[in-house]
Amino acid sequence: MYIIKHRALFFWITGVMLAAALGAIAVWGLPRSIDFTGGSLMQVGYTGNRPTVATIQEEIAPVGLGVVSVRAVGADTVSLRSRTMTPAEHDATLAALAKDASTTEVAYTSVGPALGSQFTNKALWAIFAVVLVIMLYIAFAFRKVSRPVPGWGYGFTVVAMLIIDIIVPTGFYAAYCHFTGAEVDSLFIVALLSLLGYCVNDVIVIFDRVRENLAKNSRVNSKESFEDTIGRSISETMTRSINTSLTVVLALLALIYFGADTTRNFALVMLVGVAAGTFSSIARSAPLLIPIAKWFAK
Amino acid sequence: MTRYRVSAAIALVVGFFLIYFVWSTQTIATSSYRFKLGLDLAGGTELVYKADMSQTPDADRAASLAALQGVVERRVNLFGVAEPLVQTEQASALSGTTEDRLIVDLPGVTDIKAAVAALGQTPTLEFRLATTTSVGTTTAVGYAATGLTGRYLANATLGFGSGATSGLASPEVILNFNSDGAKLFEKITRENIGKQLAIFLDGSPISTPVIQEAIPGGQATISGRFTAAEARDLVRNLNFGALPVPIALENSSAVGPTLGAAAISAGVVAGLIGFAIVALFMIAWYRLPGVIAVLALVEYVAFMLAAINFVPVTLTASGIAGLIISVGMAVDANVLIFERTKEELRDGKNPREAVHLGFARAWTAIRDGHLTMIISGVILFWLGTSIVQGFALVFVLGVLASFVSAVTLSRVFLLAIVPEENNGAWKFLLGSGFKTKA
Repeated sequence: MYIIKHRALFFWITGVMLAAALGAIAVWGLPRSIDFTGGSLMQVGYTGNRPTVATIQEEIAPVGLGVVSVRAVGADTVSLRSRTMTPAEHDATLAALAKDASTTEVAYTSVGPALGSQFTNKALWAIFAVVLVIMLYIAFAFRKVSRPVPGWGYGFTVVAMLIIDIIVPTGFYAAYCHFTGAEVDSLFIVALLSLLGYCVNDVIVIFDRVRENLAKNSRVNSKESFEDTIGRSISETMTRSINTSLTVVLALLALIYFGADTTRNFALVMLVGVAAGTFSSIARSAPLLIPIAKWFAK
Repeated sequence: MTRYRVSAAIALVVGFFLIYFVWSTQTIATSSYRFKLGLDLAGGTELVYKADMSQTPDADRAASLAALQGVVERRVNLFGVAEPLVQTEQASALSGTTEDRLIVDLPGVTDIKAAVAALGQTPTLEFRLATTTSVGTTTAVGYAATGLTGRYLANATLGFGSGATSGLASPEVILNFNSDGAKLFEKITRENIGKQLAIFLDGSPISTPVIQEAIPGGQATISGRFTAAEARDLVRNLNFGALPVPIALENSSAVGPTLGAAAISAGVVAGLIGFAIVALFMIAWYRLPGVIAVLALVEYVAFMLAAINFVPVTLTASGIAGLIISVGMAVDANVLIFERTKEELRDGKNPREAVHLGFARAWTAIRDGHLTMIISGVILFWLGTSIVQGFALVFVLGVLASFVSAVTLSRVFLLAIVPEENNGAWKFLLGSGFKTKA
């Protein structure tokens, strides 16, 4: 019942989280990787001494790639990011780097500019489509519930939630990118889309209980208020909401600490998203139904 | 109860068989059921070409793309790669213009330049009709596609013409069309007598003879421009196949073998540790039902690994991440069911009834939750790129498998052992939380 009684407080906490996330996105922005912008990304490992970034910049200047961002990764690797290289330029760059040191190319990716912008479009469409389909599905699944909030009211609440659920991890990632030099890549989009699918689970558990309790109330002719029904539904499902997320959090922690480097940022975004999503499901989703119910009562 | 015990025993046997199957096939190097590793794990090169279909009529696009794939496949095989993969892809309508792409995966190849050069030797062959358009006093010469392209080429041979001007025999390249190509060639020549029919090689007109008469038999000759060595190389390259449309390299990526190997071992370690802590948590919190959830989880993982082998799903770093996360998600349905069962126990139901009700009443939430996850997984798959699809496929498979394992396996296992009366040790075993008293 605590959450319902203090729902104003939880709405405020949400507001602050949202403001912080939006602020981080606005101030630091989201640096987009070559998956979106097109370009080439090279990872080169050095055996022996790795030259300084400035030396590397000098070495590759004759290739004529324009602005190249060179970053040291780990103890003996550098990553170079530039506009889309031709195979010849790629080769020339490798040769320039290997001139005074023994190097091996660890990984190389090159994305044409056209394909990059297509991916941006597709990613935005995909997020939009997932939110829309989930909303329709929830409205459908809860179509038999009509009072005091109709089925599509649940669908609408879920959408409001999901939008917040992706803004919070995105804000976190903006800050993370700012401090670590990470970039928004295709795996980040994967994380957001999986979060959309997963976070809605906790909401469904609570809504499912609200649905059941409403049906039970009308069967036994109970006079319980909608607020109380929601409060009861939340506390009855609290343990399972937390435990279902906890198991995923445990798996994600294993992935962050022991998993491959390529999926670490992805797991981190998922972790923040699952934590924020669980909080918002418990503290925000069902309470959000109360103002909607009041609006319908008018 | 006997019925559930028999089912549980069968489920256990099947599970162990699956584990044995997955385990044993990995040790046989030639087995077709070994895990297929993506390029990011196995190391290798991926090249994405864009096919320029601007001169191709819409009706011919699919056939041209298929011909393109065939030709490039032959080229790649020439390159001597273990398991090359050549795929075609038509970019979705949502991204604006439709685009035809050719994706070439070369496992084990890390020298992009050599790979690109080898594929670049494939000639592009097209026949175009010259058209002249007069604007004012200037006449522009354009070339219109005829539909006759490298895809109709059967083979090429080297010949020596009479060399009318110099008196020396000059090398010629003789193109032999297949039967469809021969018909098309005859039709084009019959309908366009007096016009120039240009032979385009790699995008530029190499020969522009004027059609004198309809040519049956399906043979065309390119003459005059070659040294003997050039003609010989061209014939050799044409015989490996000629591209029906020009292609341009759009994306390329290469991953060295060390990075991939590190990603695999990190993935295995993370998977084992992730599984262990999820299992420990479930047993510590849910006790006996927790043990059963872990048993179901073992079967879930065995099934997933077998499915990945069978489908087969090409495993990428993102796919491994998806698998590990799915272990955490797969127990979710169990959590919902066990919590519900506990409620029913508190309501004074006997254990077996509580288990039955727990499953029945958790069902709607489990169904809705899993369906929304499948929705997002399917849309993810549609999003395309291989790194995304690697995750999406494992994710959707995992959600489906956890659906089945949690709802059927856990239920059968639990009903196989839970008694009618809740007393003695059962009170503790069916309780939950970290306190010793339920």
